[in-house]
Amino acid sequence: MPLDTKTTGFKYIGTRPDRPDGIDKVTGKARYGADAYAPGMLHGVMVRSPHAHARIKKIDATKALALKGVKAVVTRADFPTGLEGEDWNIQENCMAGEVALYDGHAVAAVAATSLLLAREAAKLIEVEYEVLPHVTDVDEAMKPGAPAIRAGAADYSVPEGLHPNVMRYIEYGHGDLEAGFAAADLVMENTYKTEATHQGYIEPHACLAQLGSDGKGEMWVCTQGHWFIRRMSAAVLGIDVANLRVTPSEIGGGFGGKTTVFIEPVALALSRKAGKPVKMVMTRSEVLRATGPTSSSSIDVKMGMKKDGTMTAAKVTMRMQGGAFPMAPIDSALDCAFSCYNIPAVHHEGYDVLANRPKQAAYRAPGSPMAAFATESLVDEMCRALGLDPLKTRLKNASREGTKASFGPTFPRIGLVETLEAAIAHPHYAAPLGTNQGRGVASGYWMNWGGETSVSAALGEDGSVTVSVGTPDIGGSRASMALMAAEALGIPYENVRVNVVDTGSLGVNEPTHGSRATYATGLATIEAVKQISSKLCQRAADKWGIPAEAVIWEDGCAKPSGPNAGEFPPLTIGELAAEMGSTGGPISGHFEATPSGHGGSFGTHIVDVEVDPETGHTSVLRYTVVQDAGKAIHPAYVEGQFQGGAAQGIGWALNEEYIYGADGRLQNTVFLDYRIPVASDLPMIDTVIVEVPNPGHPYGVRGVGETGITPPLPAVANAVHAAAGVRLRSLPMSPPRILAAIKAKG
Amino acid sequence: MVKVHLWSGLRRFTDGADVVELEAKTVGEMMKALVEAHPGLDPVIKAGVSVSVDGKLIARGLHEQVSDDSEVFLLRQLKGG
Repeated sequence: MPLDTKTTGFKYIGTRPDRPDGIDKVTGKARYGADAYAPGMLHGVMVRSPHAHARIKKIDATKALALKGVKAVVTRADFPTGLEGEDWNIQENCMAGEVALYDGHAVAAVAATSLLLAREAAKLIEVEYEVLPHVTDVDEAMKPGAPAIRAGAADYSVPEGLHPNVMRYIEYGHGDLEAGFAAADLVMENTYKTEATHQGYIEPHACLAQLGSDGKGEMWVCTQGHWFIRRMSAAVLGIDVANLRVTPSEIGGGFGGKTTVFIEPVALALSRKAGKPVKMVMTRSEVLRATGPTSSSSIDVKMGMKKDGTMTAAKVTMRMQGGAFPMAPIDSALDCAFSCYNIPAVHHEGYDVLANRPKQAAYRAPGSPMAAFATESLVDEMCRALGLDPLKTRLKNASREGTKASFGPTFPRIGLVETLEAAIAHPHYAAPLGTNQGRGVASGYWMNWGGETSVSAALGEDGSVTVSVGTPDIGGSRASMALMAAEALGIPYENVRVNVVDTGSLGVNEPTHGSRATYATGLATIEAVKQISSKLCQRAADKWGIPAEAVIWEDGCAKPSGPNAGEFPPLTIGELAAEMGSTGGPISGHFEATPSGHGGSFGTHIVDVEVDPETGHTSVLRYTVVQDAGKAIHPAYVEGQFQGGAAQGIGWALNEEYIYGADGRLQNTVFLDYRIPVASDLPMIDTVIVEVPNPGHPYGVRGVGETGITPPLPAVANAVHAAAGVRLRSLPMSPPRILAAIKAKG
Repeated sequence: MVKVHLWSGLRRFTDGADVVELEAKTVGEMMKALVEAHPGLDPVIKAGVSVSVDGKLIARGLHEQVSDDSEVFLLRQLKGG
C-alpha cells in the first residue's frame, strides 16, 4: 500500500528556514571530534608501516616507554584473538597482526601526556620488518605471479582457477545476449579505468575514549553512525556493547568514510591500559594513507544499439580492488551499471580483488560512479557514432515504472524520464558554445536505503517538541526532521528542536549512510510525533467528555471531528501541554522500524567545459544538475547535496587520484598534492529539483545525497571529448593526460 | 509456490536453476525453505543478502508476506555512503 498520503498542500515542507546549527558553526561554538577534553586526558599517536607489504618480525617499545610522560603502548597483542569474518577484517585494519598490508597500516600506538611527547615516543618504537612483494593495481593483482595477499581467504563465490587475490565473484543477468548483439546495427566495446579517490572530508577522524578496567567505557567521536562505532569497537576489543556509550560530535563531512572504525578501538585500548582518557586525532596524511578511499576499478563494457538509438544488449565486466581486505563495492557497481536503461538482454560479471592499499570505505553511492563512467561514456561514444542526440537516446531507452531493472526486480514509481525531460528542456542544453568548448551529459542512479531506525519525541510543558534521533546530522537533517515534525503536528518549525543523541538513549540506529536519514529517520519522526498528537486528542476528548475517535488533530489543535462530536473550541498544543501533568502525565512518542520503501533516485547532468589545447587544462564553465528528490523537504539542503555530489564528481573526473610509487608507498599524502576542487575551480552549479513522490514515504521523500556524484565522471569525460576531440577512458583526466591524448591525435 | 529469482552465480548451488520454487508465506519461511532445498546456499544467506518483494527491498524483515504471484529476487546486500 502506498504510504505517500500527502504530497501537496504543505505548510512547512518545502520552505527554507535557517539551519538550527548554523550560528554555532559559523561562530566556532560547534564541537567537533577534536573539541572534547577530559581531566587527565592523554594523547594517542599511531605507529604506521612505511612498507606496502611487510612481515612484522619484532616491535620493541622499550625506548618509548622509558620517556617520562609516556603511559601506554599497545600492539596487536593487546587485542583479543579469535575474531572471524568482517570483525577480524576490522581488527586487522585497526592494528596489523603478523603482516602490514599497506603503506600506512597501523602496527602500534602510544599514549602520552602531550601530543608532542606522544609523537616523539612513536618515533622511538622500533619495528623490524621483512619486506614482502606488493601489488597495488587491480589488473596486476589478478595476474599469475602477483603476490598473494591473503591466500585462501576467498569466499564461496570464487570459481577455481582464479588468482587467490580474487575474494568474491558475482555474475548475473537476463535475456539473450547473443541475440541482442546480433539485432544491433552498432556494437561497441571498450575498457575504462578509474583511480581510487578519497572522500576528502575536511574534518579528520578524531575521538576521545575512556575505558576502565571494569570494561565500561565512553567515547566522543566524529562519525556518521555511533551505533556502528559501538558495535565495531566492542567486537574488536571483546567487550559488551552495552558497556560502551558513544556520543557523536558535530561532523565535518563523511561521505561514507566515517561509517567504520580506524582509531576508535585503539584509543579505547590505550585508555584501558593507561587508566586515563585518551584522545586521538588523525593528521591529513594519516587520513589519506590509512582511511578508506574508494576502490579503483577496471571495467569492460560492451553494448549493442540500433540506428534509431534502441539499446539491444549490454555486458559489463568489472574488476575492483578494495585494498587488502574484501568487500570492494562490485555489487552496487554492477547493479547501477545499466539501471538507467530498459535493455532486453544484460549480463554482469564482477571481481572483488585484494591489493596492497588501505581498506576501501564507502564513498557516496559506492561503485556507481565508476560504473556510470564506463557505461555512460560508451553510450556517448555510440550516440556520436550513430549521429544521435545523447539525451533523447537516453530518454528513448529510459527505465520507468514497470521496467524490469537490469539487476532483476521491476521498478516501482521512479523519476528518470522526468529528469531527462527537464534536462532536454533546460536552456543550458541549447546554449551556444565557443572554441575549444564542449558539452557532455550523463545520467546516474543510486538505489538508496532504509535501515534500522529508532526515534523518540517528547512534548514540552509549553507545547514545543524535542525530537531525539540517532543519525548524525551531516547534510542538514536536523532541519529536515524539524520540518517534518512541524508539518505532522501543525506547529511552527521554530517550536521543534532535534537532537542527535548517544547510544544509551535510543535503540539501534544505522549510520547516516545510503541516503537514508531524511527518508528513514524522517518517516520515524513523523510516526513518533503522530503518537503525540494522538495522545493529545485523547486528553482533549477526556476534557470534553467525548470519545477520542471524535477528536481530530489539525493545525496544531485538537478539534471536534464534526457537528456530531459537539461544539467545543479548539484546544491548542500549548494549552494541552500546559495541563499534561494533571491530565495524565508526560506525553511522548516513539517509533522504530527498518523501513524498506526507500525509492531510488535518478539524476541527469549537463556540463560545459573548455580544454586548453596548449596545456590540457580543463575549465568547467557551466554545470546543471537535474535530480529526482521525491519531495524536497528543505530545498536549499537538497540543492546543496546536488552541488556537493557534482563538485566531488568533477574532482574525481579531472584531478583526484591515489598515486603510488614503485615502492608501493602513497606519494600524495597532503591536500597540496591530492588536489580536490576548491571554490575557484568551479562555476556556480545550477540545480533543478524534480519531484516524483516516493510511494514508500508519507511525504514522498527519496534520498538525494548520493546520486549526484554518479553522472559527473562520464558527463565531464563526454564534454572533454566534445571540446578537445579526444576520448579519455582512464580517470583522472588531468592536464598531462589530456595533453598527451591531444598530441597523440596529432 | 513462490518463485525466487537468484543471481546467476548461485546456479551451481541450485542444480543450475536461476529460479527456485518454494512453499512459503513469509520471507523468513522462504529463506528457510531455500536452504533446506539447496544447502549450498547457507553460507550465501549467512553472509548477508537482501530480498526484493514486488520491487520493495526487504533487508531484514523476515515476517514480510510473500505470495505465489509475488515477484521475489534474492539480491546481494548493499550499503551506501
